[in-house]
Amino acid sequence: MTYITKPQLHHPGLAKNALGFTRRDYEGSVSTLCAGCGHDSISASIIQAVYELELPPHRIAKLSGIGCSSKTPDYFLGNSHGFNTVHGRMPSVLTGANLANKDLIYLGVSGDGDSASIGLGQFAHAMRRGVNMLYIVENNGVYGLTKGQFSATSDKGSKSKRGVVNHDAGIDLVGMALQLGATFVGRSFSGDKDQLTPLIKAGLMHKGAAFIDCISPCVQFNNHVGSTKSFDYVREHNEAVNRLDVITPRAPIRVDYAPGESVRVQQHDGSILSLHKLAELYNPNNRAQALGYLQARQARGQVVTGLLYVDPNAGDLHEAMGTVDTPLNELGEAELVPGAAALAKINAGLR
Amino acid sequence: MAERAKQPRVNDFVVKFANVNGSGSASANGMFARAIIRMGVPVAARNIFPSNIQGLPTWYEVRITEAGHLGRRGGVDLMVAMNPQTWDRDLAEIETGGVLFYDSTKPMPPTRFRDDITVVGVPLTALCNARYELPRERQLFKNIVYVGALAALLGIETSAVQELISEDFAGRQRLIDANFEALQMGYDYVGQNLKPLALQVRRADKVGDRIYVEGNAAAALGAVYGGATVCAWYPITPSTSLAEAFTGYCQDLRTDPETGQARYAILQAEDEIASIGVVVGAGWNGARAFTATSGPGVSLMTEFIGLSYFAEIPAVIFDVQRGGPSTGMPTRTQQADLIGAAYAGHGDTKHPMLLPADPGECFEMGALAFDLADRLQTTIFVMLDLDIGMNEWLTAPFQWDDARTLDRGKVMTHDELEAGRDFGRYLDVDGDGIPYRTYPGVHPTRGAYFTRGTSRNPYARYSEEGSVYVDNMQRLLRKFETAKAIVPAPVVRKAKRKTTDGVIYFGSTTGAMHEALEALEGQGRHLDALRVRGFPFADEVLEFIAAHARVFVVEQNRDAQLRTLIMNEGGVDPAKLVPVLHYDGTPITARFISGQIAQLMAIGSVIEAAE
Ligand SMILES: Cc1ncc(C[n+]2csc(CCOP(=O)(O)OP(=O)(O)O)c2C)c(N)n1
Ligand code: SF4
Ligand SMILES: [Mg+2]
Repeated sequence: MTYITKPQLHHPGLAKNALGFTRRDYEGSVSTLCAGCGHDSISASIIQAVYELELPPHRIAKLSGIGCSSKTPDYFLGNSHGFNTVHGRMPSVLTGANLANKDLIYLGVSGDGDSASIGLGQFAHAMRRGVNMLYIVENNGVYGLTKGQFSATSDKGSKSKRGVVNHDAGIDLVGMALQLGATFVGRSFSGDKDQLTPLIKAGLMHKGAAFIDCISPCVQFNNHVGSTKSFDYVREHNEAVNRLDVITPRAPIRVDYAPGESVRVQQHDGSILSLHKLAELYNPNNRAQALGYLQARQARGQVVTGLLYVDPNAGDLHEAMGTVDTPLNELGEAELVPGAAALAKINAGLR
Repeated sequence: MAERAKQPRVNDFVVKFANVNGSGSASANGMFARAIIRMGVPVAARNIFPSNIQGLPTWYEVRITEAGHLGRRGGVDLMVAMNPQTWDRDLAEIETGGVLFYDSTKPMPPTRFRDDITVVGVPLTALCNARYELPRERQLFKNIVYVGALAALLGIETSAVQELISEDFAGRQRLIDANFEALQMGYDYVGQNLKPLALQVRRADKVGDRIYVEGNAAAALGAVYGGATVCAWYPITPSTSLAEAFTGYCQDLRTDPETGQARYAILQAEDEIASIGVVVGAGWNGARAFTATSGPGVSLMTEFIGLSYFAEIPAVIFDVQRGGPSTGMPTRTQQADLIGAAYAGHGDTKHPMLLPADPGECFEMGALAFDLADRLQTTIFVMLDLDIGMNEWLTAPFQWDDARTLDRGKVMTHDELEAGRDFGRYLDVDGDGIPYRTYPGVHPTRGAYFTRGTSRNPYARYSEEGSVYVDNMQRLLRKFETAKAIVPAPVVRKAKRKTTDGVIYFGSTTGAMHEALEALEGQGRHLDALRVRGFPFADEVLEFIAAHARVFVVEQNRDAQLRTLIMNEGGVDPAKLVPVLHYDGTPITARFISGQIAQLMAIGSVIEAAE
């Protein structure tokens, strides 16, 4: 048997959220990834985020492409419908799912190979259409599942495990998402749960295209000296521009860092993003400035993380299309089928 | 030049217009055809156009046919030669004794004509230059002037044309007046200078309540009635007008009257891969979704089609076929995607196909496809072609039974899950190979599953164990078996006499085939005929083949794709199936079919006699 079911033990001591769910209820099957893989930490953050947001698990749809990263939706939110689609095409499938039912929360999980190579086109178009979703790329700079080839997000000059130097310019998905019109853009690191979990929470609550580029080291193929996606490299070069707390009407604020200057942003659904500024000059409401800042820091070899841009009043694809409030998959004959009388009129117009 | 005084040919001839693309001739030519329909005389009209917007030659062929033959006949009785570029080949196409109509403004040496045809010249350019100032007006009204002239020559009632002008330009009186004037100008010129032709249109009552519509529009309307809410597409001839028609019909019929909101979502995707991805995502999530494309698009979609097959997700693809392979003949017709669609995808895959013969069936099958996709939880292809899709056809009026409901197939509901009903996404509980599915978000703790293209067990859990995989693949075969009985059944047309010869055909070949059967019968050649309307083939198809000694398979591709499918799926002896193939990109004609079959039958009897 290749599938391992997680034993459903009863833990009377486990804390429940307001819906009566424990953290366990948001878990999935046991991960089959390598021990220490960054992707597993991201799954844990997703579980934590949804638990803290007190979302009913079945109201989330999780979709992915193909890769180690794309396998992870099986390892979290076992009570949510999931869809492991084809390589690089998660964005279109998620878009279709979203068109069918605007009432679910859509979480897309992808890899850097999945999104920056084969799926770059679909990544771009989902962003520019403003599909209401949170799209996370678990970025390790390699193709993990096919055993360690460079991916398109590998930085120029970075070295493979076998010592080969990458000569191609790296694709920065954060920069692309900003240019393409994503209305929530963040970057984080799988090794920084405190930064990542609130970002995921905010992204899930955001209306519109939310994107998080999460650097997620591949311990198997890209965690050596000379790689710019290793744990050590990212820790050394990480420049967090802010720390985030998400305040929902239900979940109280949690502060675990030294107080400093903070900005509050109210999102569409009523949630409040409380941003604690770490880089004094950084303003997450300005797309152009964000791009400039990122490029300047990148040139210095720094990895800028945090909530990099948010438009709290963004709209989404459904708004642009003017679709009805009822999810399209709930409409029945009365709303969809014009009937025989309408057809008779059409016939009359075709004679 | 031949004498004009000949026996009149009433309501049975072919007129072909040779024009330059972008000259505005299309609407005038269309009016010509529709005026004849208004006189109660059936027409079969076809556009023959290049893959560009302006400047290249286009043709429009109108077959006037009181007998109601809707296929192409072949040959031209009256050529309206408006394109100097194609003059020589247009002239050559006229049947002996036929008529050439041309713009006689510039004198032409007699060597440019043929002496076995009648030549009718009307100085169209001179007439228009005298009346109109603006070059664009001169160009546009020239088309209406020749329609007026043709009306006088062929006995078409000007009131029928005027009626159409008034309807088409309703509310724009100045345009109506101007078009009336141009029409009259041509009509009067003929009245004063020429005699009517032997080719005549005479009022009849052979149209009945039939409607005149393009297959693409009909299929799009079928999708509306079939409850489709999500459409994702990428422009490609000849399918574009299907998505555009769907957009138009949705705006009219699917806008919430109170809020003005849309009960549909139409997305022009970045390519065909994204189009089918959106369809698969929407289908997975319980909406009825489709894409419209042509061969090149289907090629790009194949990975997703395989996913839809294996993960069992409803999807509908309208494949409006054009001439392949590659870019091939993008504005010509063929039935050459049959094998590609039937087996699209890597690994062992097969997909049901619906094969409409005319716009009436495009509507019916366009709606039915969505029920079948939900019932069979797989991709359903509706195989149109350019001939049906982009030409207006006379067809029986669309019909809808208001008691009909949308058949969503096997969907387990919240209440069933709540009551504790066992849910295994790929469990064959009914023995028909079709499992139950749940819509995402249905229940807080039951019914969720992980959809994947990877092998899995009946409870949707990843498994690459050989026996689990094989069981699942066998179940998919059972499901395909179930499909046999629910795709549209074939239609059989018995010969007047008992015969051991049969013929199988499908789709846009139908009109020409029926006419060919009549012609063959006139020669004493009798064939039973079977029209295939669905894949997988119903048992009747194989029974029909078994009941005949020889079966011709008539289709519009080089490689006899339907014949191959029949051999492959039915284990039929290839020697029994005689291919009759037409694939030059023009719609197949009755003359071609009857000629080929007559010849093959004659050879057959020579061989028999020698044996
Ligand atoms: C069409 C297609 N081409 C190639 C593959 C093989 N393939 C599977 S995963 C993968 C790369 C995955 O890389 P990434 O998205 O970065 O995921 P990771 O494993 O690194 O998390 C490739 C090339 C495939 N599954 N499908
Ligand atoms: S190969 Fe790399 S990406 Fe894949 S599971 Fe192992 S560590 Fe993670
Ligand atoms: Mg990767």
